[in-house]
Amino acid sequence: MRNLTVPISEAAIRELTVGEPVSLNGIIVTGRDTAHKYMIENFIKTHGAIPAAEQAVYEELQALLHDGVIYHCGPVVQQNNGIWSFVAAGPTTSIREEPYQADVIGHFGVRAVIGKGGMGSKTLQACQDHGAVYLHAIGGAAALIARSVKEVIAVHKMEFGVPEAFWVIRVEDFPAVVTMDSHGGSLHQQIKDQSAIRLAKLIKS
Amino acid sequence: MQDLTDAFVELIRRAATQLPADMEQALRKAQAREDPSSAAEGALNTIIRNVEMARQNSTPICQDTGTPIFEIHYPVGISTRKLADQIRRACAIATEHAYLRPNAVDSLTGKNSGDNSGIDYPTMHFNEWDEDGIKVELLLKGGGCENVSTQYKLPNTELGAGRDLEGVRRVVLDAVDKAQGLGCAPGVLGIAVGGDRGSSYVKSKQQLFRPLEDTNPEPQLAELEDRLLEEGNELGIGPMGFGGKTTLLGVKVGTLHRLPASYFVSVAYMCWANRRASMRVQGEEITYA
Repeated sequence: MRNLTVPISEAAIRELTVGEPVSLNGIIVTGRDTAHKYMIENFIKTHGAIPAAEQAVYEELQALLHDGVIYHCGPVVQQNNGIWSFVAAGPTTSIREEPYQADVIGHFGVRAVIGKGGMGSKTLQACQDHGAVYLHAIGGAAALIARSVKEVIAVHKMEFGVPEAFWVIRVEDFPAVVTMDSHGGSLHQQIKDQSAIRLAKLIKS
Repeated sequence: MQDLTDAFVELIRRAATQLPADMEQALRKAQAREDPSSAAEGALNTIIRNVEMARQNSTPICQDTGTPIFEIHYPVGISTRKLADQIRRACAIATEHAYLRPNAVDSLTGKNSGDNSGIDYPTMHFNEWDEDGIKVELLLKGGGCENVSTQYKLPNTELGAGRDLEGVRRVVLDAVDKAQGLGCAPGVLGIAVGGDRGSSYVKSKQQLFRPLEDTNPEPQLAELEDRLLEEGNELGIGPMGFGGKTTLLGVKVGTLHRLPASYFVSVAYMCWANRRASMRVQGEEITYA
């Protein structure tokens, strides 16, 4: 098992290949459907003309995502005496971010995207172009992953609702598997090709 | 009628945090079957550790606590309106306790209600029966697997699927292939054959309440269930779509009468976190299973 610590260098990412288990440490940010749409509309399509109201969040995200990690997750959270904690925090299905992910990787210099189910060819290309990987967490393993979330550092855009907000969290020994690497390798494509052949055999007769 | 709100909160807590024994056993069997230190075995190992941890800590197995689907069986003379109110209140309390994630979003405004209240939310089906107690079954159906659930209209030329059980077999295998790992495999399939589009989907989800080890009383369907389980696993998609021997943990098929013109096959894909729980109210006594 390879250790990855945020911020992650491009060289460390280029060493990773499909199928490799990793253990992630450091500060990462959650972001899913609303968050990705928001980043595209406010930061990327605006070509530098960031709306004044979003400037502060933009600067926070720039600092966090450069050589950083975005996690497709809508957690169950709890607040005690004003302090947030993660109760359940497994990955959500990543393919919904396929229209946005490549641009977000390129714009911010994201090194790793964590989620489940894998992503498509546009993201795979961005991983090659910018030196990034897709890390597959175990879908549904929410109690176990919540344990590796040691601290909730901040939350941005809470108006999106708890699952959709940007949660800034510090993780220790977050377990995942590289399923898309920066050399064009995708475990998802391999498995899909193989099952298509088997399906054809099963329904041919 | 007594106020069952607290009992419903407990039902929700159990469903969200305790995986049913038959599911856990199936996961352990699957783990033993996979190659040691394969990605598939690793995924199942993590899943099983997670299931144990959620039960010990009384926290949700999965952060997507899903659409709560309640099947309520009640005797003559019970107010279903009162039961519905108590269930809705219980969902809000369970959300406060973090047994449920706030999961109900207004489809027009995009606003999350924050307490799992909403238009036709949660799902409740009331069935009057001739027993004198109340039985409530709850399924928490996650969004990832709901998104890969699907419906076919037979015949389907592309798959060579006619209007018979062989046709059903073909489209179901196609659905498993299309789902890949996206529904959090290894999954359980609830399948309905017949009905209209709506009733067919409802029936397919109701199949998910059946215990994994039961045998379909209709021999043709029992045979189809066994065959689909075996062939689904031959696709090699594996846990999380990492590849492996375990893609499915169970297949359950039910039928409905249909119009002569229609032949629908609905496939309700349920993730490995097949969270179901039930409670029985008999006089003052409340029991859970």
